[in-house]
Amino acid sequence: MMNWPNFVSQLFNGLALGALLALISSGLTIIYGTLGVLNLAHGAMFMLGGYAGYVAYTYTDSFIVAVIGGSLFVMILGIVMERVIIRHFYHRPHEDQLLVTFGLGICFVEIVRFIFSSQSLVVPPPPLFQGITSLGFMFYPTYRIAVVGIVAVALAVLFIVLYRTRLGMIVRAGIEDSVMVDSLGINVYRVFMIVFGIGAMAAGFAGIINAPVVSLTPGIGDDILVQTFVVVVIGGVGSFPGAILGGLIAGEIISITSMINPGYAYVMLFVAMTLVLVLRPHGLLGTQGRE
Amino acid sequence: MLKQRRFLIEILTAVGLIVAPFVLPHLGFAPNTVNRILVWGFFGLGFDILFGFTGLLSFGQSAFYGTGGFVAAYLLTRAGFPDVFLALVIGMIAAAVTGYFIGLIALRRTGIYFAMITVAIAEVFYFVEFNPLAHWTGGENGLPGVPTPSFNLGFTTLEFTTGWSLYQFLAVCYFVGVVIALRIVRSPVGAIFSAIRDNPLRATAVGHNIHGYKLTAFVIAAAYAGFSGGLLGSMQAFMPPDAFMFETSGQLIMQTAIGGPGTLFGPLVGAAVWLFLQDFLQSALGLGAAWKLVLGAVFVLLVCFLRRGIIGGIADLYRLAFGKRAHRESAAASAKALTAEEEQAIAEADVAKQPDPPPMAPLNRAGDGYAGPILQATGLTKRYGGLLANSDIDFTVKHGELRGIIGPNGAGKSTFFKMLTCEVAPTSGKIVFEGLDITGMNVTDVCQLGLTKSYQVNQLFSGLTVRENLIIAALSELRGKFRLDMFRSLQSIPGLSEQVERTLELVNLTTRPDTPVSELAYGEKRRLEIGLALATSPSLLLLDEPLAGMSPRERVETVKLLKSISKGRTMIIIDHDMDSLFELVERVTVLQEGRVLVEGTPDEIKNNAVVQEAYLGGVHGVLDA
Repeated sequence: MMNWPNFVSQLFNGLALGALLALISSGLTIIYGTLGVLNLAHGAMFMLGGYAGYVAYTYTDSFIVAVIGGSLFVMILGIVMERVIIRHFYHRPHEDQLLVTFGLGICFVEIVRFIFSSQSLVVPPPPLFQGITSLGFMFYPTYRIAVVGIVAVALAVLFIVLYRTRLGMIVRAGIEDSVMVDSLGINVYRVFMIVFGIGAMAAGFAGIINAPVVSLTPGIGDDILVQTFVVVVIGGVGSFPGAILGGLIAGEIISITSMINPGYAYVMLFVAMTLVLVLRPHGLLGTQGRE
Repeated sequence: MLKQRRFLIEILTAVGLIVAPFVLPHLGFAPNTVNRILVWGFFGLGFDILFGFTGLLSFGQSAFYGTGGFVAAYLLTRAGFPDVFLALVIGMIAAAVTGYFIGLIALRRTGIYFAMITVAIAEVFYFVEFNPLAHWTGGENGLPGVPTPSFNLGFTTLEFTTGWSLYQFLAVCYFVGVVIALRIVRSPVGAIFSAIRDNPLRATAVGHNIHGYKLTAFVIAAAYAGFSGGLLGSMQAFMPPDAFMFETSGQLIMQTAIGGPGTLFGPLVGAAVWLFLQDFLQSALGLGAAWKLVLGAVFVLLVCFLRRGIIGGIADLYRLAFGKRAHRESAAASAKALTAEEEQAIAEADVAKQPDPPPMAPLNRAGDGYAGPILQATGLTKRYGGLLANSDIDFTVKHGELRGIIGPNGAGKSTFFKMLTCEVAPTSGKIVFEGLDITGMNVTDVCQLGLTKSYQVNQLFSGLTVRENLIIAALSELRGKFRLDMFRSLQSIPGLSEQVERTLELVNLTTRPDTPVSELAYGEKRRLEIGLALATSPSLLLLDEPLAGMSPRERVETVKLLKSISKGRTMIIIDHDMDSLFELVERVTVLQEGRVLVEGTPDEIKNNAVVQEAYLGGVHGVLDA
């Protein structure tokens, strides 16, 4: 099994998975960084993006519409969730925030299970990216190559929004000190709402992009959530570059270990996390004092 | 907190467990459901100590539940181990040991990091059970054929098989579990658990090694989880691999939150509600798989509106209905607050009533022969990036001295105090306390040596009463920074209640020992803040702006209080109220822009032109705060 093309193709798989994890984790981390809330329903957001995209796809047969529909649906849900529930938890202990988002996540999963049952659903990749591509020395599914590209573009957009716009400046200032931003006359609650929407959308977008790779089940977000946590712990909570770095590392660890023995993928992920915790407790690119 | 007549809760639990088989069937509970509730309830006893009492929300308890369960099940099925109970105990020990090592990693961080790490760890266990260890654990098939317990007493054999017969065994286990949990919660260790939940920073500062205590709570929770995992296998005659699933941890958390965290019985109540509703929604209402959605929604609503769960809600109702005594007290309190003049008269009377509170001698920890200065700092410097907060400060305080520190805002006074108590490490310089170099030590060890401070902003254990606050501080002096006397009652610690009473008297809170901190007036909180530092019997007490935010009347009272504390004690006081400070202290150090500007007696400082310049910009006039 350990031959050269196999190894390279696993590296590619790792890159695709890592890019997805990076995108989902950056959503989680900018929400946490700005609002101080760890959204345990983030995995459910990922799952909902896939299902909302699936619904859009069955009505229109268009992958583009599915992507837009899935992302927008999750963004709107995120905004509603922030306004109706999360907002009342900013001044409550972290534990309460964890409990309520955990409960919401379960509700979302069960609603989907109720509507779509537990059977797995398939969204085919768009016609442009179907089939396999020859990379010269090996063949690789075209869509997975496309996933890397699409996610890279999405991350670049997120980067531009965060680092090159006024909103992004406010968000980054809010990560540093949201009270100060508030007292500078910026309506910090509106920013929170937008950030929650963007963060949720990142997960939803990843969900529909991932749908043609893995079939959809209501529980698909649970594993992703755990992997996202590892990514964030490795990269450093609240750090956007950390999420990307951590995502790529985690993706490669999972893929390469899976090639040798899939049973150890999580063990290796955990070993990496423990190493980071021991050597750099605040994550590779995290800063001290954010907890 | 659980504080009632002795053994009342234990007796009620025993009665409840005995009566349950006669009552519950009429409410629609099948015996197997009751047994499952007991297993979940037992699981939850440990989890509640971890989450409800210590404030650590772990999402990874399934790891220990599964570990204990599979170790016991493996011993009983594959290894041919004969004794079921002993196998359960071995499973429990295995889980506790696992918990110790996992705790070492997970407790490196707190808050959301802790939650995320526990989730990840639990997931690892699930995959390990499935793959690398499948040979021992049966992988996805689990381990079938786990026997039920039986005890050979020589003349007869007690067999516990299924239904109500097994219930007897589980009920005894649960009862013992409750008795142990209650002892832990009522022990000094339990008191420190609550302190960690309410204010970890202050728990550290009054001299407790909170990392050790957190790890203890984590191991206790793992042990309870491990034993209940074994019970699960024995009860079902099958050890299911989904014990390791994240859903297990999730269900435990939800049941605890539904029942009420911090009550020990919350998880049991929550499990009863959960399993009853599950049966009811599935069969009676025919909802099928949607039952979990309904329970999830119920859970979210409870977290939003009834944070303390069902037991907490009932307790609140009870207090509303029968809380007349509390009402009368608060009525008396509001009557007291009629007019400022009356208040003042009462306060004066109070002060007059206790003209000379018994002085509380600081503990003499240093060697008898030591005669040098109690504190000597040399070249103390603290740099935050480009900002120089303290620069090359030399500072010496003699035994028994009363020193004041003044300086304009931003002079670096609080940073200076933080370095002295080792809350922040100096960039350079050396601190010697009673002849011992304490530079680079941590705040806990320094407090144990007899140096502590009261904070500028109150750092109290806000969920506890005045007395409980002081107990936690006093415990650090009486027990050291870490001790595992988990089964000892607070009452049996020699000197504890005397020390708490003495501190109550000193800070003039004798009339309100059982008031929760959240109901205290600001001035009272301020006095308790000083009391917390005092209860550790420091030989050197630092007070960071003890008079801040007080009304003039409260200031007079507090100055008197500080005077009485100072007998036989060395104190350093930062404050902006110079009239009060000059009246109190013997010498004053003036800090400006991170340096010592001048040092001298109050009179020298009052008339010092440099000081006047620093404060008033060179205008010669009366100094005013």
